[in-house]
Amino acid sequence: MGKYIVKRLLQFIPVFFGVTLILFAVQNIVPGDPIKLIAGDKALQPETELQLRIAYHLVKTDGDGQAVDAEGNVTKNLDETVPTSTIEQYVDYILGLLQGDLGQSYTRKLPVSSILAQKYPYTAKLALVAIVVEAIVGIGAGMVSAIKRYSFWDVLVTLVTSILVAMPAFWLGMLLQLFFGIWLKSWTGGSFFLPISGAGGVNSPFMDWVHYILPAITLASVSTAYAARIMRSQLLEVMNQDYIRTAKAKGLSRSQVIVHHALKNALIPVVTYIGLDFGAMLSGAILTETVFNWPGVGYEIYRAITQRDWPIVIGGVTVIIVVVMVINLIVDMSYAFLDPRIRYGAPKEQG
Amino acid sequence: MEKKQREEDLDREVRQGLKKMEDRAYDVHEEREQAAGDVEAPYQPSEGSHPSEAEHHRDFRGSYNAVVDEVDKDNATRTLWSDAWGRLRKNRLAIVACVWILVIAVIAVTADLWVQQWLGSPTAIDSTQMSALSRLPPSPEHPFGTDTLGRDVLCRVIYGSRISLTVGLLATAISTVLGLIMGALAAYYGGIWDTIIMRLADIFLAFPYTLFVIVLLAVLGNGIQNVFIAIGILGWPSIARVFRSAILSVKENDYVDAARSMGASDARIIARHIFPNSVASIVVYATMNIGGAILTESALSYLGMGVTPPNPSWGSMIQDGQTYLATEPWLMLMPGLAILTTVLAFTLLGDGLRDALDVKMKDA
Repeated sequence: MGKYIVKRLLQFIPVFFGVTLILFAVQNIVPGDPIKLIAGDKALQPETELQLRIAYHLVKTDGDGQAVDAEGNVTKNLDETVPTSTIEQYVDYILGLLQGDLGQSYTRKLPVSSILAQKYPYTAKLALVAIVVEAIVGIGAGMVSAIKRYSFWDVLVTLVTSILVAMPAFWLGMLLQLFFGIWLKSWTGGSFFLPISGAGGVNSPFMDWVHYILPAITLASVSTAYAARIMRSQLLEVMNQDYIRTAKAKGLSRSQVIVHHALKNALIPVVTYIGLDFGAMLSGAILTETVFNWPGVGYEIYRAITQRDWPIVIGGVTVIIVVVMVINLIVDMSYAFLDPRIRYGAPKEQG
Repeated sequence: MEKKQREEDLDREVRQGLKKMEDRAYDVHEEREQAAGDVEAPYQPSEGSHPSEAEHHRDFRGSYNAVVDEVDKDNATRTLWSDAWGRLRKNRLAIVACVWILVIAVIAVTADLWVQQWLGSPTAIDSTQMSALSRLPPSPEHPFGTDTLGRDVLCRVIYGSRISLTVGLLATAISTVLGLIMGALAAYYGGIWDTIIMRLADIFLAFPYTLFVIVLLAVLGNGIQNVFIAIGILGWPSIARVFRSAILSVKENDYVDAARSMGASDARIIARHIFPNSVASIVVYATMNIGGAILTESALSYLGMGVTPPNPSWGSMIQDGQTYLATEPWLMLMPGLAILTTVLAFTLLGDGLRDALDVKMKDA
C-alpha cells in the first residue's frame, strides 16, 4: 500500500509540470504585454514601468534585484533591459511556488494566493453541499429505481436522469431561478421565495445557508443523474448473484437482503464516482458560479481568462490540479478499503 | 419401361444437380475460410437457421447444402449492420430520436430557402420598427416571440441549430480521428509510445474540462471554427482509450498473426483487421459525443466565448434572455428547449445503437 501511494505521488510530478508548462506556453502565445494589462489605460512613467517589469520578473536582474543589460551591467534605461525567456519565467515561477508564492495578479494588484484564499472557501462549501445532495438523492433514487424495477418510479427516475444529462446545467440553474425566485415570489405575494444571486452576507435578507440551495442543486444535477444510473445498474447486477440467492434461500426478508448483503457491494462504484466528482466540483463550477453570481474560484479564473490576468489563471489552475489529484488518490485508496478484493501494490499473482 | 427411363433420367439430373450444388457449396466454404481474417463479426446463427424437425432426417449432403444455403442467404442480407438495424427498428425511443435529428438536420440545411421569407432575417435589425417589435410574447405571427432587437426568436433558434449541429459533428469528427490515431499508436506499438500517449491522456483528463476549453479558446480566439477545434482537440482521450483497449484485445488473435506473416503492413492490419472489430463501439461513442459537444458549445456561447454576434447560437441566446428572466422568460426557455431536445435525441440514439450493436460500456 505504501509503495502504491509513493508510486502515485511520483506520477503527480509529470502531470503537474505538464499542465503548468502548457499554461505557461499558452500565456506567451496569447498576444498582449502584461504591463499594459497592469497599467490599464494609464500611461506609465519609465521608472514605474521598470519597477513593474522587475517586480513581475519580466526582465533579467542581478542578485540585488537591479535590472541588467545584455552585458550584465546594472541599467536604469528601459530600452537596454533584456526580457526574460519563457523558460526562465517558468523556473522562476516554480521556485516561487515551492515557497508558497503564486505571484501577483496583473489587474487586482494583490497576491494570487490571497485572492484564492478568499475565493476558495466559497467553492469548497458549495461543493460540499452539492456532494451531499448528490449522494443522498442519487443513491436513493437509484435504489428505488432498482428495487421497484419497471414500476412507475423506475420509469420516472430513468426519464428524469435522461433529461438532466441532456440539459445544460446553467439553463437548469435559470429554470430554478425562474421557479423558486420569481414565480414562487409572485404566487405567494412576495412572502416566500429563494435567493437567486450571491452567497449571502450582511446585506442579504436571508440566512446564509438559504443561498446555497439553488446553486448546490444546479451543481449537483448532472452528476446526481449519473450516480442514480450507476446505483441502479450496480444494484440490479448484484441482486442477480449467487450469494444473494443464498441469503434469500436462508429466509431473509427482501429488505434484509438488500440492506445487509446487496447494498455494500453495489455501493462501491457509486462511492468512487461521487468521490471523483467531488474532485471535479472542487475545481470550480464556472457556469454555476456565473449564473448565481457566486464568489467562487471558478468564476474568478474565468474572469481572469477574459482579462488575460495570467497569474490568477496559472495559480488557480495549479492549485486546482493539486487538489483534484489528491482527491483522486484518496478515492483510489478508499476503494481498496471498501473492496477487500483490491490490494494495491501487492504482487499480481495474489490478486 | 418409359416411366422407369424417365425416373432414371430424373434421378441422374437430380444427382448432377446435387453434385453441382455440392461443388458450389465447397467453393463457398473455401472462399469463406480464406476471407475469415476479414470477417467483421463472428457469424451468429439467427433464429431462422436452426434446422427444423424435417431437416434432421435429411442425409448429410442435403443438410450441409441447406446450412450453406442458409449461411449464403444470411450473408447476402444480414451483416452486422443490418442485424443492428433490425434491433434498432424495434427500439421506439431510438427511432423517435433518429427522426427528430433528421427533422432538425433538414430544417437546418434548407433554412435559407424558406425561413427568411416567413420569419425575417435572424441577424438584421430594423431600427425603425425595433421598439414596436421588441420582446413581443409568442403569437401566431412570432411563434416563439421576439427578442430585444425585434428579431424573431424561432428564426434565430432555427439558425442556431446550424451552429450546434456543425460544432457537434465537426468536433466529434476531429476527436474521433485524433483518438483513433493516438489509440492505435499507443496500443499497436506499445512500450514508450503507450506510456507517453496515455500519460498525455491523463494530463488532458486531469485538467478541469470547461476550464481547459476556455483557456484553449482564449489562445485561439473566439469564432465558430475555433470552438469546434477546441472541443475536438480536447475530446480525443476518451476515444483513444476505447480504441486502445479494443486493439489490445484483438491484437493477439490468430488472424492478425496470419495477416502479419503474409506480409501485411501495420497500417493495413490496423485498417483492415483491427478497425472493423472495434467500429461498433467507436460509432456508439461518437454518437454520444455529438450531444456532449453541443452542450459544451452552448456553455461557451453562454459565457460569450463562442460564436460572434449577431450570429445566433443557442447558448448566446440563453445569455441574452437571462436579463429578462423575470419578465420575458421565453427568451431563455426556447433556445434551452432546443438544446435539451437535440442533446436528448443524440443520447437516446447512442443508447439505442449501443443496445443494437451490443457494445459493452463501462457505466450505465
